[in-house]
Amino acid sequence: MEKFTQLTGIAAPLPMMNVDTDMIIPKQFLKTIRREGLGRNLFDEMRYEDDGKENPDFVLNRPAYREAKILVSGENFGCGSSREHAPWALLDFGIRCVIAPSYADIFYNNCFKNGILPIVLPQEDVDKLMEDAERGANATVTVDLEKQEITGPDGGSIHFDIDPFRKHCLLNGLDDIGLTLERAATIDTFEAEAAQARPWV
Amino acid sequence: MTAPRTLYDKIWDAHLVHEAEDGTSLLYIDRHLVHEVTSPQAFEGLRMAGRKVRAPEKTIAVPDHNVPTTDDRETGISNEESRIQVEALDRNARETGIHYYPVNDVRQGIVHIIGPEQGWTLPGMTIVCGDSHTATHGAFGALAHGIGTSEVEHVLATQTLIQKKSRNMKVEITGQLRPGVTAKDITLSVIGKTGTAGGTGHVIEYCGEAIRALSMEGRMTVCNMAIEGGARAGLIAPDETTFEYVRGRPHAPKGAQWEAAMEWWKTLYSDDDAHWDKVVTIAGEDIAPVVTWGTSPEDVLPIDGVVPDPASFSGGKVAAAKRSLEYMGLTPGTRLQDIAIDTVFIGSCTNGRIEDLRAAAAVMRGRKVKEGLRAMVVPGSGLVREQAEAEGLADVFRSAGFEWRRAGCSMCLAMNPDQLSPGERCAATSNRNFEGRQGRGGRTHLMSPAMAAAAAITGRLTDVREFLDPTGARTEAA
Ligand code: SF4
Repeated sequence: MEKFTQLTGIAAPLPMMNVDTDMIIPKQFLKTIRREGLGRNLFDEMRYEDDGKENPDFVLNRPAYREAKILVSGENFGCGSSREHAPWALLDFGIRCVIAPSYADIFYNNCFKNGILPIVLPQEDVDKLMEDAERGANATVTVDLEKQEITGPDGGSIHFDIDPFRKHCLLNGLDDIGLTLERAATIDTFEAEAAQARPWV
Repeated sequence: MTAPRTLYDKIWDAHLVHEAEDGTSLLYIDRHLVHEVTSPQAFEGLRMAGRKVRAPEKTIAVPDHNVPTTDDRETGISNEESRIQVEALDRNARETGIHYYPVNDVRQGIVHIIGPEQGWTLPGMTIVCGDSHTATHGAFGALAHGIGTSEVEHVLATQTLIQKKSRNMKVEITGQLRPGVTAKDITLSVIGKTGTAGGTGHVIEYCGEAIRALSMEGRMTVCNMAIEGGARAGLIAPDETTFEYVRGRPHAPKGAQWEAAMEWWKTLYSDDDAHWDKVVTIAGEDIAPVVTWGTSPEDVLPIDGVVPDPASFSGGKVAAAKRSLEYMGLTPGTRLQDIAIDTVFIGSCTNGRIEDLRAAAAVMRGRKVKEGLRAMVVPGSGLVREQAEAEGLADVFRSAGFEWRRAGCSMCLAMNPDQLSPGERCAATSNRNFEGRQGRGGRTHLMSPAMAAAAAITGRLTDVREFLDPTGARTEAA
């Protein structure tokens, strides 16, 4: 998993409540054999017309936001199914940070497994960042995980909270596998002893 | 002296690599089984992180969910997404050097059938697979879990799984089964009694005289559906029946290794005064041949029953039963034996083994599939298929009017072309009767292979005992 330390980029505004995982990535794209490649279909139904053409009004299709790295949105972001395809699609598009007042549980957890930082902020702070984000290409936002601080385009900063263990994992790029591999020596020892005790396995 | 332990405790202890203060544990995995649907992203994840498969020699892969079961399947898979998933598995297996049984290998079959068949599944092991019916392998006294795609990747990379320990539940089936009653009837009846959440948070150990009397095939049928009862896994302590089945299998230990293994395997049972968090006891004599009437595996009734009235349930089940009956197109009070069917499916990891085919063929021999019915037998593996052909079972099925298919999951979950159409009603030997499971709008009644054969003959849900004499021997066709 890629480390998350500091991120500077364009923030795209998506001022909606209850953005669900079906909106993020509809079910017809779950048959894929890969984690990548889903970015093209991120927000598929809002992003494309029935004939497959881009909907020019959707935020991620507007020239200012095509390179967005941060998404600012409303309450209960990521509700719906448990599909890990939702964070996979965000990541593949290039979004590594979501800022919202609240999230659905499973989506929230899935983000951390995939190196995405979901930031929870009070509604007023989200509203302020939403306004900043509306300013398009000028709206560069910096997220510093170490300092737990968001710096807006005008230089003002906002503090955010995060669970220390999750922070540690993101800062160091540790996923479950990474953490388990920290115990590689213990696994080696166990394996060697097991091979003695149960050589037929 | 150590405290008395259950079989689950013993296997757990033998595989515990590390335990944190909060009980989060790292468990060593002896066998990792892999199929084409839940593994592509896991292999891809490894590749992206520059990691290797830690123990390719303990990893076994086979395509089963997507593969066609028609005779022309060597010419390729026409559904593009299915073909790509199978090709991805081919490539991942080749690149990582794991054991692999491709579609055209006679040993190919449903992952939970070929593991035991090839001797990969042994008593006392920890076994995982990105598939909930991994519980099947518990029949050997192995701790077998289903896992998700992220965990598949975790096991590929580390040969361990992060787990918290489950509680111990004992399901005892006392006495003997009556004629016409099989392992499938046991496992369905248990779920009918405990419900689909009855085993939640537990590992179930099945025991008792009726379980001891089962063959390995029957024990696998019982453990296969532990997951439908909500349990993390199902277990049966190994005994002579187990050792006989395992002995001589391609990957079973041989010679001195066999002796060493046996010494340990013989210690794999729950101690007399071990602690059980939950106990369920059912008398074998009380179990009847059963079928499901609804869209949950707990919707189980003896074949001589009637479709229940939703009002007879309580709580949320009232609405659920109403919805079930609507979906199933059934009216309360209808005799189960009056429900006409369109299709018969014999197969799946629950009932696609040789003994299942023997049981169905014993009922079919000399009889015909009812006019107008679609009936298919899908052996669980290429080797089961070969053996059934050698024993003349294939001829029995073919001359009765069954389609005789190639091995795979087939109509159990309808990811390949074998599907029900909306409203089509199926007597199935598989394990899930969920809405749409066998195809959009399809209606599934779960039952044993012998019951499915009986239904094929009459074209309706049927009590197999109509075709048996009081001792359980088959009556001759008229
Ligand atoms: S036969 Fe059915 S339940 Fe068994 S592994 Fe295949 S799809 Fe799953």
